[in-house]
Amino acid sequence: MTVPWAPEAPPQTQPITQNDDVVRSRQQVRTFAQQCGLSLVEQTKFITAASELARNTLVYGGGGEMRAGLVERHGRRGVAAVFADSGPGIPDTDLALTDGWTSGGGLGLGLSGARRLVDEFFLDTEVDRGTTVTIVKWAR
Amino acid sequence: MTERVPVLRIGDILLVSIQVDLEDQTVLDLQEDLADQIVARSARGVVIDITAVEIVDSFVGRMLATIASISRLLDAETVVVGMRPAVAITLVELGLSLGGVRTALDLEKGLALLRRSATGAELT
Repeated sequence: MTVPWAPEAPPQTQPITQNDDVVRSRQQVRTFAQQCGLSLVEQTKFITAASELARNTLVYGGGGEMRAGLVERHGRRGVAAVFADSGPGIPDTDLALTDGWTSGGGLGLGLSGARRLVDEFFLDTEVDRGTTVTIVKWAR
Repeated sequence: MTERVPVLRIGDILLVSIQVDLEDQTVLDLQEDLADQIVARSARGVVIDITAVEIVDSFVGRMLATIASISRLLDAETVVVGMRPAVAITLVELGLSLGGVRTALDLEKGLALLRRSATGAELT
């Protein structure tokens, strides 16, 4: 998926290689979510989704990075975050998006829950190559 | 070295007020600290104040449920107080309704809840 980054503000990259990078990712996403004018509830949903995906990148992807920034499409503004790792990939995406299914010790709500919390959700994964998840939320 | 969340004691109740954006390791440390403190101080109740917490994701949500279960096994009751409306909405949509966790709107109501159930337990 080509992310329609807003031309005036380039997206920022946040490495996700250790535990406190999950906190940093949340904080960076919060700044953009506030800038594009999301309501408090919408901000909370987007930041929570980003938190789930940042942890997935670290725990299941073996580390990676997040690019986040403002997006623009047909005059609408929003916020997007792209989580990319070069980890093992996801063999069965339908299964991975099922509530309660986990390959690790989690609750199995990360991917499926994150998808419910955002407006757009793209999962691009290949076994042994890595996983990229893109989330977008538009200001109302 | 990660920060630790302080555990305060009022009578036989332990009070934890989360004021920082929680790192996963801090969450795990808190779980252990609380279990230790419940036993060391013979606590009957635990209040976790999340008034200042803007984001509760599945990891933190699971921590709240786990602390409630651990303290129940150690004969103490847990109440989570001060959840923000946006956090409640997000948690339910995420798929975590925290069924086993008692909640109260603020610290005062949380303490009252613990006192009531302590009296109730003595009567039976």
